[in-house]
Amino acid sequence: MIEVKNIHKSFGDAHILKGISTTFEKGKTSLVIGQSGSGKTVFLKCLLGLFTPDEGEILYDGKAYSSLTDDEKRNLRAKMGMVFQGSALFDSMTILENVMFPLQMFTKQSKAEMEERADFVLKRVNLEDAHHKMPSEASGGMQKRVAIARAIVNKPKYLFCDEPNSGLDPKTAIVIDNLIQEITDEYNITTIINSHDMNSVMEIGEKIVFLRNGLKAWEGSKENIFKTDNEVVTDFVYSSNLFKKVRQMYLEEKG
Amino acid sequence: MSYLHNIGAYFLMIAEMFRKPTKWSVMRTLILKDIDDLIIGSLGIVAFISFFVGGVVTIQTALNIDNPLIPKYLIGFATRQSIILEFAPTFISIIMAGKVGSFITSSIGTMRVTEQIDALEVMGINALNYLVFPKFIALMLYPFVISIAMFLGILGGMAAVIFGGFGTLDDFITGIQMDFIPFHIIYAFIKTFVFAFVLATIPSFYGFYMKGGALEVGKASTTSFVWTSVAIILLNYILTQLLLAK
Ligand SMILES: Nc1ncnc2c1ncn2[C@@H]1O[C@H](COP(=O)(O)OP(=O)(O)OP(=O)(O)O)[C@@H](O)[C@H]1O
Ligand SMILES: [Mg+2]
Repeated sequence: MIEVKNIHKSFGDAHILKGISTTFEKGKTSLVIGQSGSGKTVFLKCLLGLFTPDEGEILYDGKAYSSLTDDEKRNLRAKMGMVFQGSALFDSMTILENVMFPLQMFTKQSKAEMEERADFVLKRVNLEDAHHKMPSEASGGMQKRVAIARAIVNKPKYLFCDEPNSGLDPKTAIVIDNLIQEITDEYNITTIINSHDMNSVMEIGEKIVFLRNGLKAWEGSKENIFKTDNEVVTDFVYSSNLFKKVRQMYLEEKG
Repeated sequence: MSYLHNIGAYFLMIAEMFRKPTKWSVMRTLILKDIDDLIIGSLGIVAFISFFVGGVVTIQTALNIDNPLIPKYLIGFATRQSIILEFAPTFISIIMAGKVGSFITSSIGTMRVTEQIDALEVMGINALNYLVFPKFIALMLYPFVISIAMFLGILGGMAAVIFGGFGTLDDFITGIQMDFIPFHIIYAFIKTFVFAFVLATIPSFYGFYMKGGALEVGKASTTSFVWTSVAIILLNYILTQLLLAK
C-alpha cells in the first residue's frame, strides 16, 4: 500500500503539484488520469523517488520514504517496477538482456535461471520470438511489452506504468491493460497507472484518481466515474463523442 | 555563478561515481565494452594522425635548420622532443576530446533524454557508477594509446627524413637518442593520466546532467568538447610549469 500525504512539487517558479493526498491499495490497479500537462508524470516520479517532493510525505507499507536510510531506499527501489512513458529500454542491449538486467543486478541466479525467468515473462507479455532483437528493431507496442516484462521480471511489490498503452492501436492497448491487471492480481502488487485514455478506465482501474492542474479533482471507483456530477470529471470523461452517447443512453435509461 | 555551480556539481559527480559500486560481474562487461569503444576504437585515427603529423614536424624542423653550422642530428632531437613532450600527450588528447569526448557525451546524453538513466535509478542503481566509472577505468589504458602515438610520430619523422632527403637515417637516430632525459617520459605520462581523467569525466558530466531532447544532445556534445579542450590546455600549462620549470 502507498499513502500519499499532501505532496507539493515545484520546478523553479512553476508549481506543478499543489498538495495531493490519496492512497493506493495492495493488489489493486489504480489509475491516475488527467489531461496532458496535469502533472501525472511528475506525480509518478515522486512516487518512484526520482523527484523529491518539496512538501508532504509518501509512505510505502507504512514507512515514510524520507525516514529511510540510503540502503533502505535502494532496497525499496529494487522492489519497484516501472514502465516509462517512452519505454526507456537500454538500447545497447538485446530485448532478452534488457529483461534479464534487473535479475543480473539484484539476484544471485545463474545465467540459465535468469534466462528461464526472462523467457517466462517475455512469454507472459506475448513476445515469443523477439529475444535477440535490439530495442530499435522492435515496434512501439513490442517495446512497451518488453518494458512491462522488465518491470515485472524481479517480482516487484509496486508496479508503476506511465501511459503503458499510449500510441498503440486499440486492440493492443487492451491486451496491455488486461495484462497489467492480470499481473497485479496474480502477484498481489500495488499497481499505479497513468493514463489519459478512457478506454483504459473502462477496462481496468479499480480506483481512479483524477488530476487537474496539479490538484486531485476527484477520486473514486470505476463505476462512480460514469455517474458523478462533478463537472470537471464529466468534462474530461465525456470529451469524446462515443462516451457522450454512452452517457446519454445511461441518463435516458435512468429516466 | 553558473560556472561555479557547474564546477561544484562536477566534483560532487566524481565523488558519487565511486559510491555504491555496481556488481563486479556486470561492471567487468561494462569496462571491456568501454575499452573496446574508447581505446581500441581510437587506435586507427591516432595512428594515422601521429604518423603524418610526426612527418610534418620533422619536415618543418629540417626546413628551418638550414644553417650549415647546426648539425643534422638536431632534426631527430627536435622531433623527439616535440613529439614526446607535447604532440603525443596534448595534441592527441585534444583530438580525443573530439572523438571520445563527443561519443561519451552523446551516448550518456541520449540515455538521459530517453529516460534510460531514470530507469537505472528507479532500480536503485547508482547510474554514475554504472555509466562513468567503467569509462574512467577504460581510459586508464590511455597512456598505451599515447605510447603508440609517440612511437608512430617518431617513425613518421624518420620516414619523412628518408623520403624527403633531409638527412641520413644515422643522423636522425643519433638525434633521437641524444641527451635523453628519462623524466621527460615521466612528465609526459603524468600529463597523459591527468588528461585521461579529464576525458572520462568532463564529457560524462555534460551528458549526464543534460536536459531536453535530441537537439540538446548535439549542443551538449559541442559544449563538452569546448570545456574538455579548455581543461586539457590549462592543465597542460599548469603541469608543465610545476613539473618542468626549475
Ligand atoms: N523536469 C521538469 N522540469 C520542469 N518542468 C517540468 C519537468 N517535468 C515536468 N514539468 C512540467 O510539469 C508539468 C506537468 O508535466 P507532466 O509530465 O507531469 O504532465 P503529464 O500529465 O504527464 O502529461 P502527459 O499526459 O502529456 O504525459 C508540465 O507543465 C511540464 O512542463
Ligand atoms: Mg506524462
